[in-house]
Amino acid sequence: MTEASPGVRERPLSPHLQIWRWHVTMFGSILHRGTLMAMYGGALILVAWLVALASGPDAYALAKGLLGSWIGKLVLVGLTFAIFFNLASSVRHAIWDLGKGFSPKFSDMMVIASVAFAVAATAAVWLIAASTGAL
Amino acid sequence: MARAANAFRTPLSRARGLGAAKHGAGHFIAERVSGLALVPLFLWAAFSGPMLAQGDFASAVTWLAHPVNAVLAGLLVVVGFFHLRLQMQVVIEDYIYGFLAKTSALLANLFVCVLGASLGLFAILKVALLSGAF
Repeated sequence: MTEASPGVRERPLSPHLQIWRWHVTMFGSILHRGTLMAMYGGALILVAWLVALASGPDAYALAKGLLGSWIGKLVLVGLTFAIFFNLASSVRHAIWDLGKGFSPKFSDMMVIASVAFAVAATAAVWLIAASTGAL
Repeated sequence: MARAANAFRTPLSRARGLGAAKHGAGHFIAERVSGLALVPLFLWAAFSGPMLAQGDFASAVTWLAHPVNAVLAGLLVVVGFFHLRLQMQVVIEDYIYGFLAKTSALLANLFVCVLGASLGLFAILKVALLSGAF
């Protein structure tokens, strides 16, 4: 298998994840898929909350206690970020789908803008929540 | 015999006419349209969450029993799982090989999303229609 036929140069192997130098669009792509996984989990949390509400006061108090704990809040902040990033990143993909914005510089800029938007929007939602005394 | 006959055919001639599954464009468009619909639904959810966090069980029931909130919550659950199912399907098709593993993962994704949407929708309807019973 590894023996190259005489006269044929050994072909280079395709580089794998460990060999690639990290670059911005690679980070954006991985984060896009990662946030999808988070959103999947978030949808199941939403259903659990709805089922708890439909089950009565005791189940609802348990669900509210879990979501209101510091780890619950951490999950919800992460989920807010995941959804806002996925939203911005989908716009980034839509621009590519139109056949525009493929230069490395502009592609990098779109990833950075997506992260910046997600951070700012998450901060806005949670600051508004804090200002109304919901935390 | 068929194999021997095929040996003379080029890979291109064997692939020609088979094409893809021919559902790609529909999947692509459904993903974008449902994603677009989820933007206002998520913003509504993000601003309803803190309000619900301040209230108790009774105020949450009153909130969800309001027709506008019940309909929007129903849309969020149904469109959300529809969108997630399409997105997760692409990830599974990208990373999971082998007929058995891939088919199991695709079916699990479908069943989890349909079950999630059904549970959510039933819970919303129960609260919205029977809120007087609590």
